[in-house]
Amino acid sequence: MSFLVPLVVLVPLLGAAAALITGRRPRLQSILSIVALGIVVVISLVLLVVVDTQGAIAVQVGGWEAPYGITLVVDRLAALMLSISSIVLLAVFVFSVGQGQADGDGEAPVSIYNPTYLILATGVFNAFIAGDLFNLYVGFEILLVASYVLITLGGTEQRIRAGVVYIVVSLVSSVLFLASIAMIYGALGTVNIADIAQRMDTIPADVQTIIHVMLLTAFGIKAAIFPLSFWLPDSYPTAPAPVTAVFAGLLTKVGVYAIIRTETVLFVESNVNVYLLIIALLTMVVGILGAVAQADIKRLLSFTLVSHIGYMIFGIALGTVEGLAATIYYVVHHITVQTTLFLGAGLIERRGGTASITRLGGLLKAAPIIAVLFFIPALNLGGIPPFSGFIGKVALFEAGARLDDPLVYVLIGAGALTSLLTLYALMRAWNLAFWRPKADVDDHESPFTEHLEEAPGRVAVQQKRTNPRTMVGATAGMVLVSLVLTFAAGPLYGVAERAAGRVYGSNEYVQLVFPSGEGETRGDDSSPAPTPAGGPVDEGSTP
Amino acid sequence: MSVSLVLIVVMAALYACGVYLLLERSMTRVLLGFLLVGNATNILILIMSGRRGAAPIVDGQAAPVDFADPLPQAFVLTAIVITFGISAFMLALIYRSWRLAQVDTVVDDVEDLEIGRRGVPAEEEDSQSDGDDVAGGDTEFGDRAEAAVPTEALRRTAPGDTAGSRADPAGSSRTGRSRTDRTDQPDESENA
Repeated sequence: MSFLVPLVVLVPLLGAAAALITGRRPRLQSILSIVALGIVVVISLVLLVVVDTQGAIAVQVGGWEAPYGITLVVDRLAALMLSISSIVLLAVFVFSVGQGQADGDGEAPVSIYNPTYLILATGVFNAFIAGDLFNLYVGFEILLVASYVLITLGGTEQRIRAGVVYIVVSLVSSVLFLASIAMIYGALGTVNIADIAQRMDTIPADVQTIIHVMLLTAFGIKAAIFPLSFWLPDSYPTAPAPVTAVFAGLLTKVGVYAIIRTETVLFVESNVNVYLLIIALLTMVVGILGAVAQADIKRLLSFTLVSHIGYMIFGIALGTVEGLAATIYYVVHHITVQTTLFLGAGLIERRGGTASITRLGGLLKAAPIIAVLFFIPALNLGGIPPFSGFIGKVALFEAGARLDDPLVYVLIGAGALTSLLTLYALMRAWNLAFWRPKADVDDHESPFTEHLEEAPGRVAVQQKRTNPRTMVGATAGMVLVSLVLTFAAGPLYGVAERAAGRVYGSNEYVQLVFPSGEGETRGDDSSPAPTPAGGPVDEGSTP
Repeated sequence: MSVSLVLIVVMAALYACGVYLLLERSMTRVLLGFLLVGNATNILILIMSGRRGAAPIVDGQAAPVDFADPLPQAFVLTAIVITFGISAFMLALIYRSWRLAQVDTVVDDVEDLEIGRRGVPAEEEDSQSDGDDVAGGDTEFGDRAEAAVPTEALRRTAPGDTAGSRADPAGSSRTGRSRTDRTDQPDESENA
């Protein structure tokens, strides 16, 4: 099945080329793009099943052996990320096709949009399967360059303003990443992740710390963790709705994925877990306080996005298999739900003419379907019991409580508070936009809207437009996926647990890439997940 | 591992200048800063590749011990290509931003200004906003730079359709003395 692995990158890349050629025939172009993304969905799901039953796959591109050639690795974690991201990419693409057909080419020039979107997909997939750091860097660059084009799409003044901030910040993080790759090469003479993991203990601890912090900073900017998250709520909301949705769902999660790899495979010895816990705490609290103050739904959602990255960093920083399993489940849940909410916000903006909750009202009667489609993921993100958000959060808190550490208990409290505030912000938005009678919008002073911050610049009230069935259908599909995550939580959480078990500790990853082995005992796939005996966890979480 | 001191000094100088330029307000200088920082990183990779050596071509005569490490060179090549592509995109973006706003600086974040003004007493507010306007004059094209297309004309037409607004007679008649002839040759003023 290893021939499937490179196809994950090749298919969208070739699809992008085909879409570029057929730029003059929008219909054919859209069909080609949907087919390309659909193929990737199928491949990813097949890979997920194969990897989960038969063990992880490592491909040496071109037959060059591991430390010299380029290695692609698909383990359970990568396969899970591939599956959920390809599904999200497909759904958002269908949404944007619907929007393009309804609005014409003015808002999003289709001939550029489709190929760029597929290139973005290529970069995301490449980053997930990269087995060496330089390939990861290339994956990041591919997706970033595509995102530069998408965020400045149409070239209006506001988008250029927001785009410049986004681009400069991303450039700095890329340079930082490249510089840390150079340092790693200088220190260890390799960029292959498995090889780095093998040789890491041969270099002094302080050098390890320098490289570790550099890598974390570079990935932290991409994942938007607290002190490095300032750029996100400023730049994301200005882009077109589908672009914001896919950025929010996937781009930050690629950063989180890279952090997971860094913490679990590369730097098992070097330990910054206490600092990560504090950062996670600040990310959650500061992010959600920003969300509570926003009137613009898209900005509100951007702040909740930053805030919920904190949960994932929390899970990683716990440094246990349980914590990582909860994080993986939470990442999958959050990709789905955050994307759905942004798509819902796009529908609301079209239907109500604005995204500001101080101006919206009476939508429940006008658009009951959108009301439901926004309500379900809003409850889900807030962590209301039956949904996947609740399962993910409880799993995180349970994993944390097992460590029995005062700092972790503080984090659990902050996590619960963040969850409540998320629910408050989203339910207030829903109530004002859908439940409030239309007549109350202008003359009625509501205590809920008094202290809200409007989006910068003028509050654009556009013409109200109906939503084509394709867009509503795509959003409904995403809601359905999030419900599947809830109903299939058992098996899915099982996959996440096994993924975490195999990821933790670099042994399996190393043996996968170097099958001949360096004298280590070969891990048996049916053996129980290795517990983090002694090691990083206990040292790290004792303040 | 011995490293050439010259390379280290050059790298440090490039990083210093690059970071300085990145913090500038003008987008053209930000781009130059990015190029310098990118090249500094390339030199860092070169430094990290170890001692110098012969070209890594296996011809049966040179011993592999004498070869220079080829892998970092491949990294540098890839990094150069990526930097090149991004620079091209940035240039297009700068040009677009200049066409729209007549300046190539990073535009003020409206919300940041709003937050900054809070706590400032009402009578001081005016003087502060004046200061912001003056800062906008610091561009690569100087204070005299004028846009090929009047901003109002662009705002009135649909976004993305610059070709149409360029020929807009109502827009060009509003712009006064020297702008009218430049409307015909929009690229000329970029060199000025």
